[in-house]
Amino acid sequence: MPILVLAEHDNVALKPATQNTVTAARRISEKADGAEIHVLVMGHEARKVAEATARIEGVAKVFLADAAQLGPQTAEVLAAQVLLQTGAEAYSHVLAPATTFGKNLLPRVAAQLDVQQISGIVDVINANTFVRPIYAGNALATIEAIAGTTIVLTALATGFDAAPMVETGAPVEPAKEIATDKAGVRLVGRQLASSDKIELTAARVVVSGGRGLQKAENFRLLEALAAKLNAAVGASRAAVDAGYVPNDYQVGQTGKIVAPELYIAVGISGAIQHLAGMRDSKVIVAINKDPDAPIFQIADYGLVGDALEILPQLTARL
Amino acid sequence: MKVLTPIKRVVDFTVKVRVKADGSGVDLDNVKMSMNPFDEIAVEEAIRLKERGVATEIIAVSLGSAACQETLRTALAMGADRAILVETGDELEPLAVAKLLKQIVLKEEPHLVILGKQAIDDDSNQTGQMLAALLDWPQGTFASKLEVAGSKVTVTREIDGGLETLELPMPAIISTDLRLNEPRYTTLPNIIKAKKRPLDILKLADLQTDVTPRLKTLKVAAPQPRKPGIRVNSVEELVTKLRDEAKVI
Repeated sequence: MPILVLAEHDNVALKPATQNTVTAARRISEKADGAEIHVLVMGHEARKVAEATARIEGVAKVFLADAAQLGPQTAEVLAAQVLLQTGAEAYSHVLAPATTFGKNLLPRVAAQLDVQQISGIVDVINANTFVRPIYAGNALATIEAIAGTTIVLTALATGFDAAPMVETGAPVEPAKEIATDKAGVRLVGRQLASSDKIELTAARVVVSGGRGLQKAENFRLLEALAAKLNAAVGASRAAVDAGYVPNDYQVGQTGKIVAPELYIAVGISGAIQHLAGMRDSKVIVAINKDPDAPIFQIADYGLVGDALEILPQLTARL
Repeated sequence: MKVLTPIKRVVDFTVKVRVKADGSGVDLDNVKMSMNPFDEIAVEEAIRLKERGVATEIIAVSLGSAACQETLRTALAMGADRAILVETGDELEPLAVAKLLKQIVLKEEPHLVILGKQAIDDDSNQTGQMLAALLDWPQGTFASKLEVAGSKVTVTREIDGGLETLELPMPAIISTDLRLNEPRYTTLPNIIKAKKRPLDILKLADLQTDVTPRLKTLKVAAPQPRKPGIRVNSVEELVTKLRDEAKVI
């Protein structure tokens, strides 16, 4: 039976988390006799996205459900569209990225399939056994789904590398049927950060600031460092709560989970919930004036000192 | 307008849990338990709707052991009008919780169900969306702002990269994100008052719902510890280490 992956996109561009999710699907496929991977693209005037999706290595077929009512990507109509797809063809697994897109949509699908979803997997043991973090990443649970039903999963990008793009695309087919929108939900609007901002979950380097930065203006020092390193800017929950930066900067259990090559935590004490969002980074640097801050316990390189003095020095030396 | 606020009793957010040596789970003996922080935000939001004259009755619901009564009393002390406990010793998966909550919703007929976006123990982030699916209601997940006008609720949602605003017809399900509000502290007079508010206890069997687990936890392990790091004494040393040793810049 094939495996279905739900593509995340904004009708214009494919989101990289989709490629990580395809890798998770490939890991399952390897343990399920090379099951085919299908990707469902749901949106409006999203042909280009479907064509890009078809070029992800390992994808056998792309289904494009293209209609005006799918453009705003509200969960109700998207879930109905996924169910049309799983009704038209029997799938062993349905996967989505563990991003706000997948988190919003997939449990709605799972409940309608009468399936208990497994959220945020980071490893595939076999076709029905997976590893996922629980308790803010303080424990890793190995979970087995009861065989015989569709397995519904979200995949954390930190657990799976992005599948590469290839030259020749897989075929793109139109979805056989399009869901009607019966929920009456209206998209009023979106306020999104500028598109030139490097996305946290896809960045090679992340520099994050905490309460130690003392005020919103001081995030400029962090941004200068980020610009030098071509890094994304993140923040601790404390910094978000203090209003220094918007919530979508938040790295942690309830924010974004990242695992870049280099993570630089500046003025972040290292609360459990923050560590949950970055502990799998390859190299961690902590800069904090409190030598006993818990962040130093997981840092590869710790520097004790005032963040506001150190930041400009560091930026200047790179 | 009636508001239902499902709440979960979880390990307190300040506790660093330990994995049991036999790999069967995490050690919850003598660990401080509290209301799931996101559910606390949900209760607070319901109370604010009542204070604005939008909501008329707030019903807090919990599913679990008798100890959940304590968590429900906290919700009552915050300002919920009454509480329902579905008492069970069984471990309930999110789908089972959603099915049980559906039964309560069908009985109580609230206009809004407000609940936390995720519980900080299993971090599943599913129950609200599943309940919305089972009821065929619209959902406004990860809410950071809520406004009710007539038969519609406008929800600002925290999404990757920014915010999204949706207008939903009611009845609807709302799941809360951190910035929706800051929950109030309970005061002694309110804690005393809360003791007199009704708390109904239902047995799992009363709801005639299949809650058989669909997943099996084979093992729970501690994450790989990171190798110990070093302290550097200057910015210069840090840059050298990152360049020559870690080779990341």
